[in-house]
Formats: sequence, structure tokens, C-alpha cells
Amino acid sequence: MLLAFDTATSAVTVALLDGVDVLAESTVVEPMRHGELLAPGIDRVLAAADVAVGDLDRVAVGVGPGPFTGLRVGVVTARTLAMVLGIPAVGVCTLDIVAADVVVGEAFAVATDARRKEVYWARYGRDGRRTEGPAVVKPATVAMDGPVAGQGPQLYGELFPRAVEPRFPSASALGRIVETGSAELLAAEPLYLRRPDVSPPSAPKPVS
Amino acid sequence: MPDEPLVLGIETSCDETGVGLVAGTRLLVDAVASSVDEHARFGGVVPEVASRAHLEAMVPTLQRACREAGVAIADVDAVAVTAGPGLTGALLVGVASAKALAVSLGKPLYGVNHLAAHVSVDQLEHGRLPEPCIALLVSGGHSSLLEVADVTSGVEPLGSTIDDAAGEAFDKVARLLGLPFPGGPYIDRAAREYGEVTIDFPRGLTSGRDLQRHRFDFSFSGLKTAVARWVEARERSGEPVPVGEVAASFQEAVCDVLTQKAVDACRSRGVSDLLLGGGVAANSRLRALAEERADRHGIRVRVPRPGLCTDNGAMVAALGAELVRRGRPASALDLPADSSMPVTTIVA
Ligand SMILES: [Zn+2]
Repeated sequence: MLLAFDTATSAVTVALLDGVDVLAESTVVEPMRHGELLAPGIDRVLAAADVAVGDLDRVAVGVGPGPFTGLRVGVVTARTLAMVLGIPAVGVCTLDIVAADVVVGEAFAVATDARRKEVYWARYGRDGRRTEGPAVVKPATVAMDGPVAGQGPQLYGELFPRAVEPRFPSASALGRIVETGSAELLAAEPLYLRRPDVSPPSAPKPVS
Repeated sequence: MPDEPLVLGIETSCDETGVGLVAGTRLLVDAVASSVDEHARFGGVVPEVASRAHLEAMVPTLQRACREAGVAIADVDAVAVTAGPGLTGALLVGVASAKALAVSLGKPLYGVNHLAAHVSVDQLEHGRLPEPCIALLVSGGHSSLLEVADVTSGVEPLGSTIDDAAGEAFDKVARLLGLPFPGGPYIDRAAREYGEVTIDFPRGLTSGRDLQRHRFDFSFSGLKTAVARWVEARERSGEPVPVGEVAASFQEAVCDVLTQKAVDACRSRGVSDLLLGGGVAANSRLRALAEERADRHGIRVRVPRPGLCTDNGAMVAALGAELVRRGRPASALDLPADSSMPVTTIVA
């Protein structure tokens, strides 16, 4: 039994899979509440499928890139569950999870909100394999007329005129690509892509 | 629940990743991983650096705590975690991990107030908390005087700082004097070595009119400015800055105000037990002065050992165990992290 979740966008999405069968799924789109929504979501899918937590044999988590605070909620949850249950936790790039639900029959890109007027971005071939990225970029530098999934087109419509579904990652897609072996598996480690915002303090200001 | 429930406590409100295990009032282990060295060059805690460090340290610290206590994680009866106040991103790492523990162990979760946890920790060393008591909690993040009628349900704030936290003043003065971060221990040592108080630095909110409005509040920003002026004047005159002398006089000003107000709070409330907590409670002068002044009025002083005064998981576990013992309701799984959680809320 696989528990899959992603908290690297405004969606908090959780799914429980038995092989490629999705037994239960819960997705709530609400920014800034990952810490509140994830654990109840996990509890909900386990209850809905009447599965005991001890029956899990793997955890899969979206490791971003995405806003750090939400991203960490998912990663620390996956690592803690894995520790307690003695099962492996695997990571998958969140943009790959979005890409897994794209059905366009041509090359496309995924762009999600990185705030500060930037996007988390990756490009995919017709076969759905990632060919460039993930990277954090100014949207103008990756503007394209081709299909773009993720929230990018909603935020930067002039630069990404052809919006395609989905806008957010789904945990069932994450579970499916992990179970079928088509996902590139990573460690349960955040893809921050940005260094922490820090500036050394200036010398003490004179007061007189 | 067994008589002596085994409670695991997680603390990540600032730069220490703490995991403690407590059975009743017995401390089994207090495991702490600190990211303080990563912040030292910035002269203060950088929230994003702290949050990243919490994520990396969380599971290893949980594992170390269990290993050192010789308990299996499955034996834990309840999970407690600091829900606030603190840095939001830092708190969230601990809260999310605690929820994952609660879900995977099938055990209750208590999202608790950091300040009440600072009060509870003393139980692990000196036995049951005297209630009511007055608690003086001083650190880089807080400076509060509390009246504690019941640490699990009734904490009343009497006063707090109106500007800088006491520990912040220590850090800033340390920087002025070229001492490392965090400043507390270095100022303490320099002051002890110098050994006397020669400069009369100001005592904030201790004059007549201030006392009427701010009897139990603190202010350290004027003191910090006065120290900066004094140091600058010395530098301008081309003389070396006497580090020990400034440290001793600054420290005395801080400890004087803190202990004066704490003892005044005890007397005005008719409470005969004073508890110190928070990182600044590790200061040797604060302890000595508090005991000396309290003693004059028949007030008993309790101070946990320095390792338990600074932020740690044991204090969270101690409060969690007390909540379990007194049958208080647990938190829901949608428990939020609340950076400005009021001290009147003990369990969120
Ligand atoms: Zn503290």
C-alpha cells in the first residue's frame, strides 16, 4: 500500500494506492495552510479506504520545487512516517507530478508559482519526459506559445497563452508514476533551488 | 493511559531542534540539535536557515532521543509539540512531524504553548510545580512575568517587554563589545571576571510614573542605547573599551530590573514561589540576585539547570505529561502553528 502526497503548491493532495488502484484521494486547494491540512488529509484517506497505517509499505512525497514552508511540511511528514513505520520514503519532483497528468500529444512545459515574480519551471518532450529544468526563472525568459500546465498561465497569461490542465499536482498521479516505475525517484529532500534569504547584519549603527 | 505516561515532546520554535522523552515527571532524555553556529555570523537567528536546519535535524534527533532513552517509538503514549509562539516556518516543521507521529502511532497530540512549557520543565528537576507561582521567563525571544495558577489551564500574563527581549539586549551589547553570538554566556563570563559594577546604566520602567503604567513590564532598548553611547564615547576619545566593566554594569542593570519586578510580583500577588526560565535564566548573576532578593521576603526561587532553561524538547514533554495527568483534552489534527500564540492558551 502506498501513501502519496504533495504540498509544494497551493494544493494539499493526498492519495492511498494499492498498486495502481487509487483507493482514496483528498485534495484541498488552499494556500498557506499545508501544516493544518496535510495530517487530516492522511487520516481521511486511510479512514475512507479502511486501511490501517501499519499496512503502508511505502510513502511518496512531492519534493518541489515549491514555496519552502509548505514543501517542508510534506517532506518532514514523509520522513517521520517512514521512520515510525520502518518503510521507505521516496521523493518525486513536483513538476513531474503535474506533467504526469498532462495529455496533449506534443512537447509542453510546467510552470508553478515561485512568488517574487518568478516561476518554478521545467520542459517536457512529447513522451512526457523532462528535457529541461527544474529551475526557478523569470517567466519572460521561458515564454512560449506551446502548452503550459501548472498555475503559470493563470499568473502570466501573456507569456503562457496556451494553458492546459492540470493546474496543480495530484497525489494519485504521484502514486501512479511511482507504482508503475515511470517516475524519476529522488530522496525525500526538498528541491529548494534558492538559497536562504539572508544578509549579514551591517555594523552597529551609531546612536549619537 | 498508564500512571506514568511516556510523553515525547518536540520543540522547534527558534533555532534548537529539541526532542525530549518524559515519563510522568521523570526525564528520560533531552536531545537537542542546534543550528546556532549557522546563525552566528549573522548576529541573530535567520528564520529560513533555522527552518532548513530543523528539517534536517528532526528525524535524526527523534531517533537519537529514543536510542539514548532506550525506548521504542511505539511505546510513546502521547506526543506534545510547541505550537507557538515562535518562528512560523520553524514551528511548522515540528508540528508537522508531531502530527505524523500521532497519526502513525495512533496516539493523542498536544500542541502546547512554549512559555507554559518553560514553566513546566522545572518539575523534571525539583518535583511538582508549586501552584500558584510567579514565573519570570527571559530569553532572546521573550521576557515575561506570569502568574501560574495551573500550568495546564490558568496562566495569567502580568507583564512583558515593551521593546527588546532581555536576551536580545544581551546579544546586541555583546556585538557592541565584539563578543560572539549568542551574547549571554560571554557577557556573563566577562562580567564575572571583572567582578564589580561601576557604571550606572538606566533601569527601564522603574521610575514612579512608569511604574504606575508598567509595573510588571520591561524595557531594554533605552539601556541598550545608553551602553552604545557609552562605548562610542570611549571609542571617540581613543581609549580602549573596557569590555568586562561594561559587561558587568550592563548585566547588573538587566538583572536588577528583572529581579526587582519578579519579587514585586510575588509580593503583590501573595505568592511565595518564584520560578525562572528561558535562556537568560542561565545567567549566574540573575540567579544569585533573584535568590538574594527573594530570600529577604521569604520567597523560594526555583531555577532549572541551564540546559533545561534554554529551549528544549524535555520542557514540551514535561507539559505534555502534565496535561495527560490532569486529563486535559488533546489537540485536533488540524492544529495550526501560531507564531503569536497568547500565553493564556496552553493547548491549541
Ligand atoms: Zn524559549
